Amino acid sequence: MTTLLTVLLACYLLGGVLPLCTSRPSLQNSLAHSSAAAGGAAGIALGLGGLFAAQPLTLSIPSNIPYLTCALRLDPLAAFFVLTISLVGLAASIYAYGYVREFTGRVSVGLLGSLLNGFLLSMTLVVLADNGFFFLIVWEVMSLLSYVLVVTEHERPGVREAGLFYLIMTHAGTAFIILTFLLFAQETGSFSFEAFRHPDQRLPEGLRSIAFFTALIGFGAKAGIVPLHVWLPYAHPAAPSHISALMSGVMIKTAIYGLIRVYFDFFEGQFPWWWGFTVLSVGALSALLGVMYALMEHDLKSLLAFSSVENVGIILLGIGAGMIFHTYGLDELAALGLLAGLYHTINHAAFKALLFLGAGSLLFATHTRNIEQYGGLLRRMPWTGLCFLIGAVSIAALPPTSGFVSEWLIFQSLFLSVQLPTLFLKLMLPIVAAILALTGALGLACFAKAFGLSFLAQPRSPQARHAVEVPVAMRIGMGLLATSCALLGLAPMLVVPLLDRVTAPLTGVTISDKVLALDGWVVAPVTVEFSSISMPVLAALLVGAGGLGLAIARLLRKGMPARYSRTWGCGLPLTPRMEYTATGFVQPIKQVFETIYQPTVKLEREFLEQSKYFIRHQRFHSTIEPLIEQYLYQPVVTALLGAAERLRVIQAGSLHLYLTYIFLTLVLLLLWAG
Amino acid sequence: MLQIGFVFMQLSMLLALSPFIVGVIRKVNARLQCRRGASLLQPYADLAKLFGKQPVISSTASWIFTAAPYIVFASTVAAGLLMPVFISHTPLSFAGNIIALVYMLALGTFFLILAGLDAGSTFGGMGSSREAIVATLAEPAMILSILAIALTAGSTNLSTIVHQSALLEGMVLAPPAHLMALAAMFIVTLAETGRVPVDNPATHLELTMIHEAMLLEYSGRYLALMEWAAGIKLLVFLTLLVNVFAPWGIATEATPSALATGVAVYVVKVTGLAVIIGVIESMFAKLRLFRVPELLGSAFILALLALVFFYTLRG
Repeated sequence: MTTLLTVLLACYLLGGVLPLCTSRPSLQNSLAHSSAAAGGAAGIALGLGGLFAAQPLTLSIPSNIPYLTCALRLDPLAAFFVLTISLVGLAASIYAYGYVREFTGRVSVGLLGSLLNGFLLSMTLVVLADNGFFFLIVWEVMSLLSYVLVVTEHERPGVREAGLFYLIMTHAGTAFIILTFLLFAQETGSFSFEAFRHPDQRLPEGLRSIAFFTALIGFGAKAGIVPLHVWLPYAHPAAPSHISALMSGVMIKTAIYGLIRVYFDFFEGQFPWWWGFTVLSVGALSALLGVMYALMEHDLKSLLAFSSVENVGIILLGIGAGMIFHTYGLDELAALGLLAGLYHTINHAAFKALLFLGAGSLLFATHTRNIEQYGGLLRRMPWTGLCFLIGAVSIAALPPTSGFVSEWLIFQSLFLSVQLPTLFLKLMLPIVAAILALTGALGLACFAKAFGLSFLAQPRSPQARHAVEVPVAMRIGMGLLATSCALLGLAPMLVVPLLDRVTAPLTGVTISDKVLALDGWVVAPVTVEFSSISMPVLAALLVGAGGLGLAIARLLRKGMPARYSRTWGCGLPLTPRMEYTATGFVQPIKQVFETIYQPTVKLEREFLEQSKYFIRHQRFHSTIEPLIEQYLYQPVVTALLGAAERLRVIQAGSLHLYLTYIFLTLVLLLLWAG
Repeated sequence: MLQIGFVFMQLSMLLALSPFIVGVIRKVNARLQCRRGASLLQPYADLAKLFGKQPVISSTASWIFTAAPYIVFASTVAAGLLMPVFISHTPLSFAGNIIALVYMLALGTFFLILAGLDAGSTFGGMGSSREAIVATLAEPAMILSILAIALTAGSTNLSTIVHQSALLEGMVLAPPAHLMALAAMFIVTLAETGRVPVDNPATHLELTMIHEAMLLEYSGRYLALMEWAAGIKLLVFLTLLVNVFAPWGIATEATPSALATGVAVYVVKVTGLAVIIGVIESMFAKLRLFRVPELLGSAFILALLALVFFYTLRG
């Protein structure tokens, strides 16, 4: 285990340094991405080992700085996240080997590869850290590295703004995390997580609630929960696609890790019901608004980023339900909710990374992210298309894929609210289930749009017409994740025991043998009487029924082969302009939910001079109102700018003046402390 | 062995009965329009003929176009095998509860939407876009009404739900929660199976069609599979309605006499429900697309009320 950890650290460190030692891009590319892939493989082994280890692996390097020890601890919760990060890291590194060709000549491939290794290392260390101070340092490194990666293509319009927005939001979030740890540290006199989770040193009641909110805001800003999600749809798409995959697939999961760590580990699950209910409500809001904005997005990568907001919401539904059950001592159901949330975490990591890699392939082949300019790509890029389809079916939570299992488990834990003692919660949880149903249905529409309008029918632009399949390395990266999606869906009997190792220490009960009934063939929410599904049987039924359809069609056909002919275009030759566009596809949904979208349509028409019945030019511009940015952020930004304007009087730009300020502050602080 | 026999019996009943149900609705429509109407067996002849015909495939379409009919057919049939039909303990019930059934049907909807887009004509896209909004709005109402029923039975397994209510002696007057959920489920059924007032299965007018628009480019065996799947989906919803809300007569044990009664009663019940749907189709005009949300919204409120009633009126 220690060896594996050393190998992992060595791979990422070498991958971070070696590419900078040579100037040949091809060598830089191989060095950086092979070591990142090796680190990923070591991480998968380490994660699996950590899940089954009897004792958590700990490693500690003391330092001279007070409060700081570089302490690492691999308990099952950390191991699960190491596994998730490494799985996506491995696939993204293999993919990147082909993908960075796109950047040769524009951006230093060596630097990009080196940063990738650093980013993977920092994410792994975040979940391994066992000291608050050390955690904050690696958290900050992770944020800064991801910022640098976001602005890789800073010469493109909008990228720098997106990066700056991300930098501000992530630091605002970090401030709240620092506050959370300070609250703990003040009470325990130490920054070590060991002290934080010690039962003797519990925070007073009022401070606990404050710590709950600071943690929710701090980690929530990174996870992208509504209304702190606004940076995410700008920053994630701006990065190179394999980095987008890592950011959306796993970086936001480190925030989920932080929340579970604080609520279930540090607070030891001792919290009032409204904590869980707050998490649940935030989750429901994020899920619904995330998918609604995803639907209206026609930039494929922005669509995927908004959908990450949705999926973080769904994960929080599981965790929130688990927290509520935990408050009322329903430990098995608490474990179930948490397990469902974690299941969705790894599922989302796999399919969202897959979809981002798919989007990267489309960008590689067509040099555009606009869905309106795609079309007909399945015939030109069959492998990318197949992988993207698997990802789309998974994220739409359709059986027999992975998304279905985890969403089904979340549905069940919401339904089991019938066992809760209060009428309010008994009614609210089913309403949340209805919101989840609406989210699921909108997600189906969203990914039917994303796949259908990108890959089907005829190409709507010359770039799409001339697109060709991407290099082998990129296909392997996507194929790896597509296989993971299929496995996570078809074999819950392999996944549930792993997750149970994580939830058992946090909730005090092991539910693996209750969730897996009938020798693992069936997944059930603790009681098999309440409900059950069997993924292998469902898959077999689908294959069997499909085979039956084939057999019937074969039996009754009269031996005539199919004829190929052009689609009927009402007498005109069919052109791509006759196709439905992405905008047209979502128009009914936009109209039905216009209260939320507040769409505005601008139509400029120029008529012929002779008659106003003939139009010479017509411009159509349609936008939706980003409500949260408009009403929540704009006032804050205006107020901040106003305050900055006032403070300008003390900013003279002279170094002497600033030295005086520092001196005065020091004196004041000393006076206060004395 | 017996269990496998039941699965195949259920499978053949779904496959065999669905064209008949479509025929019944068409017949009722025709009679109410003072026409004689085609024979009840006409849908069988249609299917047989379509299977024998040479299909024409759009040259711009991808493999999704030809795979979709099989996937839609498979998902609908698989969904049908998860629910009790004539015996309350259906063997495959363990493989998926009612949520799994709903999502299995959603898999079909997903590929239907893709199929509509693939040929590249405007009509297909129009149908897909409309199907997406109708499916979206129907889903929450459906999940809530299902939950209201599931809570009474203490289970979301369809077999358990049906078995428990079938065991109640005689025809018990349904509690208010059930009536509300029934109303919600009925509206959802009309929407999901593409009946008037949400969609008109008899139309080929681009302003009104939803399901037909997506199938417009299909022919031959592919069209046959799609039409058959639509019939089976209708039968699945009718079966859910009759067996969950009125499970009287369903076989609760595997004796020959109980099974015979179960099958006979089931056929009578779904035929009766098909007649009701036919009458409703003749009585109402099709709603404008943007009035459909109001209808489905009311279904959602009904389902929510069912839930409230369940908790407040439960002695």
